[in-house]
Amino acid sequence: MSFLTDRKRAVGMGSAKSGVHHFWAMKMSSVALLILIPLFIFIMGPALGSSHEEVLATFSRPFPAIVAALTIIVGFKHFRDGAQVMLEDYVHGTTQKVCIILLACLSYGAMATGLFAIAKIAL
Amino acid sequence: MVQLTLPKNSRMTTGKTWPKPEGASNVRKFQIYRWNPDDGKNPSVDTYFVDMDSCGPMILDALIKIKNEIDPTLTFRRSCREGICGSCAMNIDGINTLACIYGMDEIQGDVKIYPLPHMPVVKDLIPDLTHFYAQHASIMPWLETKTNRPAKEWKQSIEDREKLDGLYECVMCASCSTSCPSYWWNGDKYLGPAALLHAYRWIIDSRDEATGERLDDLEDPFKLYRCHTIMNCTKTCPKGLNPAKAIAEIKKMMVERAV
Repeated sequence: MSFLTDRKRAVGMGSAKSGVHHFWAMKMSSVALLILIPLFIFIMGPALGSSHEEVLATFSRPFPAIVAALTIIVGFKHFRDGAQVMLEDYVHGTTQKVCIILLACLSYGAMATGLFAIAKIAL
Repeated sequence: MVQLTLPKNSRMTTGKTWPKPEGASNVRKFQIYRWNPDDGKNPSVDTYFVDMDSCGPMILDALIKIKNEIDPTLTFRRSCREGICGSCAMNIDGINTLACIYGMDEIQGDVKIYPLPHMPVVKDLIPDLTHFYAQHASIMPWLETKTNRPAKEWKQSIEDREKLDGLYECVMCASCSTSCPSYWWNGDKYLGPAALLHAYRWIIDSRDEATGERLDDLEDPFKLYRCHTIMNCTKTCPKGLNPAKAIAEIKKMMVERAV
């Protein structure tokens, strides 16, 4: 029970003066994925069903390796930003903060693993 | 965490079925949400039968007829009966709209009427809009100027005045905000489509000199960016306005300012 005025309750702690960069980052990564995903499918698609050596050879070429790396970086950045919005929507309080930290660990962890794998094959 | 089920004392029960009007041949069934804070009971849905031969064409006409002739305890807000005051907003046949301008011929089968969703209920079809109005007040819905007041009036070109069309007509009925899932989950912090439409109305007013401050106040992950362009607001607006577009315009201005 607290005797807050309606206005005080509506204004809360005021504006965080942030959000536009998150919004813009989401838009940029969306556009980037619009290009990268078809490119990734177009390049990696033919490798499906090939032998192990042929797949390694595909990933060893600079262009496919760079496209795969960019897809992983931008894809997981986009995933992190998008999933954070979902968590902010549905989870509140301390649980929300913990979930956002776990999400960052998961996204950047998966991103690093993918990049390591590509580097190992390509280099 | 978001609560996905109703608390025990909010679960619906079957209410009273009122007798059919005697001698009426053209009868329509109305199922209406009832809740009285004073009796300690759960909300229920009462069933009424209205003689359509002696009833006006709008949902509000039927509600007034029920209140006058069948059940005087049925409680709802109404005033202008022509879509100007925004008082009679409620959920009719699954759509948030104004009872006074929603025709009964637009509904197939039984007419189901509930209060606006996800708001505290004062009684029956009356939602508590205190927070909604406070949010509207928080966006400073008035002309903010720093220049000395002109001798006659603040001038505005015809083109600049036209930018306010589709915005100034909002009657603050709360149909849009209460149809928005983001507002359901985060209505305490998210301003909602109605308040944001009004915010945009003042942001693009050529006479207003507080554009920067207004954008500053809105730049927040919750106040503005909870809008995910679901578009329920635009779909439900009984005045045919487009709050989702207004919010998108604010987001565009934010990007323009920052990038």
